[in-house]
Amino acid sequence: MGPKSPIYDYLRYKKKFPTVWCPGCGIGTIMGAIIRAVMSLGYDKNDVVMVSGIGCSSRMPAYVDFNTLHTTHGRAIAFATGIKLAKPHLKLIVVTGDGDGLAIGGNHFIHAARRNIDITHILINNSIYGMTGGQYSPTTPRRAFAYTAPYGNIEPDFDVVELGIAAGASFVARTAVYHIIQMGKIIEKALKHKGYSLVDVISQCPVLYGRLNKMRSPVEMLLWQKEHTVDIKVAAKKSPEELEGKYIVGIFKDDPDMPEYVSEYQKLIDSLKE
Amino acid sequence: MAETAAKKPKVRYPEGKIVVFEKWCKRCGICVAFCPTGALAEDERGVPYLATPDKCVLCAQCWLRCPDFAIIKGPEIKEEE
Ligand SMILES: Cc1ncc(C[n+]2csc(CCOP(=O)(O)OP(=O)(O)O)c2C)c(N)n1
Ligand code: SF4
Ligand code: SF4
Repeated sequence: MGPKSPIYDYLRYKKKFPTVWCPGCGIGTIMGAIIRAVMSLGYDKNDVVMVSGIGCSSRMPAYVDFNTLHTTHGRAIAFATGIKLAKPHLKLIVVTGDGDGLAIGGNHFIHAARRNIDITHILINNSIYGMTGGQYSPTTPRRAFAYTAPYGNIEPDFDVVELGIAAGASFVARTAVYHIIQMGKIIEKALKHKGYSLVDVISQCPVLYGRLNKMRSPVEMLLWQKEHTVDIKVAAKKSPEELEGKYIVGIFKDDPDMPEYVSEYQKLIDSLKE
Repeated sequence: MAETAAKKPKVRYPEGKIVVFEKWCKRCGICVAFCPTGALAEDERGVPYLATPDKCVLCAQCWLRCPDFAIIKGPEIKEEE
């Protein structure tokens, strides 16, 4: 006997809660947005597959009541590709961290984007390796601090959106945990999109990144996101100087007409049967 | 159903517009900080509660932002069989 919200039908709440994530970590909020997007699209949860690699963000499949697969570091997209090819009717959601998706898994990412395979990739971008204790990642901004960059990071960071577009993904967007309503809408569009849909979600890791970069509380980190993001429509009217140090959020690319890999594969099979 | 005994969230304000499950709350402070009307407050332990129910406009900010599914909309509640 007990209370129940419809969202709990999508959670493994009897066994797995509370989550392992630190207080105020953005990953849980993103998980809520993904589940609500699936709910509002009316997908049967048995048709949804969530695949992850290794990292704090990759713990997500433990908590959601979809078909789930927790794989090895950086390899989630490779597993998801196999599932999608074998069972094309399933909706594939890959969740990665910035390290998982762009460092060790960077190669899988660019090639899946190039093939434009129908997978939704939610890249939980907290600018740090959370699980292993705060090493800098490919998205740690220059001069930011990490436990492996105690004097400030000297490397430039990847622009995930530009990378996704250049690699060939047909849907590319950026949002932030602060922009909770926008995040939900974008994830919904990404799920509906047929082709590789990449969503770069700026998230907060208060205990490592926040502590090292003078933002001790989750609330401070969310306010930082508010101040450092500009909507794509507003950004179009601003000068490069005004956009210095800001992250543009919104949908950058949404092309439904690019050939999708599984459909192309099926066409090839059909043509050879004739 | 062998699992039902495990970790069943406790309802703190069953009759309210929103419900806080203390067991899952990690006291991150996000809901209280971002409630646009100031309806929520923290108790002495840092656990949020609907201090001024009249102020709550059911805007959804707190339960959408909560990273721990510890706040849900009151009317959404249904009894489990
Ligand atoms: C092959 C392999 N190399 C390295 C590791 C160690 N490792 C585990 S998680 C991780 C990075 C986590 O960072 P990120 O992907 O950004 O996710 P986050 O924890 O921040 O969500 C690393 C390097 C591993 N598990 N396997
Ligand atoms: S270490 Fe950082 S990313 Fe990992 S759970 Fe804690 S706050 Fe989240
Ligand atoms: S629903 Fe909105 S107004 Fe009501 S407590 Fe939550 S954040 Fe405040």
